[in-house]
Amino acid sequence: MRLSGRGVSCVRGGREVFASLDFEASSGEALAVIGRNGSGKTSLLRLIAGLLAPAAGSIALDGGEAELTLPEQAHYLGHRDALKPALSVLENLGFWRDFLGGEVFDAGESLASVGLGHTAHLPAAYLSAGQRRRLSLARLLAVRRPIWLLDEPTAALDAAGQSLFTGLMRAHLARGGLIIAATHGPLGIDAPELRIGGAT
Amino acid sequence: MSLIDLANPSRFLALTARILPWLAAATAILLAIGLYQSATAPDDYQQGATVKIMFIHVPNAWLSMFVWGVMSLASLGTLVWRHPLADVAAKAAAPIGAAFTFLALVTGSLWGRPMWGTYWEWDARLTSVLILFLMYLGLMALWRAVEDPSRAARAAAVLTLVGAINLPIIKFSVDWWNTLHQPASVFRMGGPTLDRVFLIPLLVMAIAFTLLFVTLHLAAMRNEILRRRVRSLQMMQASRKAA
Amino acid sequence: MTALSALIQRDIRIALRIGGGALIGVLFFLSVVVLMPFAVGPDLKLLARLGPAILWLGALLASLLTLDRLFMADHDDGSLDLIVMSRNSLELACAAKALAHWIAAGLPLIVATPVLGLLLNLDVPSTAAVALTLLAGTPALTFTGMIGAALAVTLHRGGLLLAVLVLPLSIPVLIFGVAASEAAISGPQSFGAPFAILCALSLVSFVVGPVAAAASLRQGLD
Repeated sequence: MRLSGRGVSCVRGGREVFASLDFEASSGEALAVIGRNGSGKTSLLRLIAGLLAPAAGSIALDGGEAELTLPEQAHYLGHRDALKPALSVLENLGFWRDFLGGEVFDAGESLASVGLGHTAHLPAAYLSAGQRRRLSLARLLAVRRPIWLLDEPTAALDAAGQSLFTGLMRAHLARGGLIIAATHGPLGIDAPELRIGGAT
Repeated sequence: MSLIDLANPSRFLALTARILPWLAAATAILLAIGLYQSATAPDDYQQGATVKIMFIHVPNAWLSMFVWGVMSLASLGTLVWRHPLADVAAKAAAPIGAAFTFLALVTGSLWGRPMWGTYWEWDARLTSVLILFLMYLGLMALWRAVEDPSRAARAAAVLTLVGAINLPIIKFSVDWWNTLHQPASVFRMGGPTLDRVFLIPLLVMAIAFTLLFVTLHLAAMRNEILRRRVRSLQMMQASRKAA
Repeated sequence: MTALSALIQRDIRIALRIGGGALIGVLFFLSVVVLMPFAVGPDLKLLARLGPAILWLGALLASLLTLDRLFMADHDDGSLDLIVMSRNSLELACAAKALAHWIAAGLPLIVATPVLGLLLNLDVPSTAAVALTLLAGTPALTFTGMIGAALAVTLHRGGLLLAVLVLPLSIPVLIFGVAASEAAISGPQSFGAPFAILCALSLVSFVVGPVAAAASLRQGLD
């Protein structure tokens, strides 16, 4: 599987965020997107996720399942955690597992893998910021998709959370998955860098 | 036992655990006496036996206003004196007040049915009680709208006090509206003067229902304190590291 | 369970747990109905004559105002992004959310109708007629109103603007809903004709609503 972009340009609110961007990532590879705030890291990820349309250029996926579009084979981990405070932690994860479908795994076990097993039946409103991030990570485990589009995935995670996340990334790449992650700091794994918008 | 002592939730729980059974027993006895007196009171020359609904309707109507008064006092406790249990008292009282108001409406409707021919008449008194019922429901919705009880407390306290100020205004407006549209009705709830033979059962029932409110209110306050403890425990459990 | 039924179940659960739940819509309905006699006077005959209209207006306003948040919450917490990226069509997901909203917020209005009919001096057959027309017509209100809710997300506005946009679309439902109720209560026109048109309006809205809402949401994703 190969995910590539050619000459991708992005315009937001009349302002050109970036232009003529080329990038490529293949199975088992990770790409770290580096840039200062406002340089368009989030926009790039949303472009790949199909949530934004590029002003110019194209993004293509070679390989993967033929009947599915790129977004349908990708996980998107944005700034916000898609968490419903009124539901319990397990109900939140169980919903995404049922709704996203495809190759799914037990929600309870996914929660335990990210260290949230003891919170399963508590209201999600009681989770701290770091725990909410872990719940999003649990989603990556509960529903298996080959492409991971991650926007500042380690934000709000403590040191233990970050090493947990590094382990998850390595396992995903080992399975032949593909990661494109926007990040401020080091990603924790070896990955070529894609710089947007000049030096950091 | 000063108010300061009662401010401590644990002492409050201990104290109410001791006195609640006695209160409940006293309520039951008074209600029994009151109901017996109501049943044996003579029929009204005009309304017949249906006048006896008054013995339930009037205390309930009176209590619906009394409970709002209690909540207003509790709201002052929250906003002005910052008494720790004030918001618990306010929150616990709202559903009970709403229930009394609802009972007042239902009994009022049943009382008026033989006279009016319908189950509802937009009579000044009943309409005011209906508006009060809506205000209770709105207050209960406000309590539930905010997840954190202490934040909800301040908003609810303001609304309660605003409601307390507005109640006389609403009552006056509704009375005025009623005289505008209808001639004074022959049937007036509660009557202009009550014969003594009706007065005593009515007073007994009023005291009995008030005791009922006190019992239910203290029990509800206990539940609310325990509920908040459960919530704190759950939040602590969420924040501890995975085993 | 299937994806769409999971979505419906989730939305109903949230609606029942948050704040006053969907019952806040019923409380609003009750408040609107109680307001009417203060405006038109407590004459019971007049209120009975206006009863179907008052109930329909109350249900319409209650529906409209609770629809405001239909997509806003999912947009704000990032769930909408994931719903768009899922393997379910966005149109069906919108329809599922609207259905959940109708079950949690529309059905309680219909259940509350008998009590409110009592306040307006409607007799039982009349109240039943109004409730039946509400049952047929409130889905149309929900599925039409969802277009406004989707626009709210796109335009980042809410409240009155949306109500103003959606109200004209709701007028046909109101017309035939009240007409069917009054035909059932007092005749002489037939009940069947306006009722059938009411049902047809609902059926059309089941298609137009989700399609328009999905199209609008796609615009508002950035």
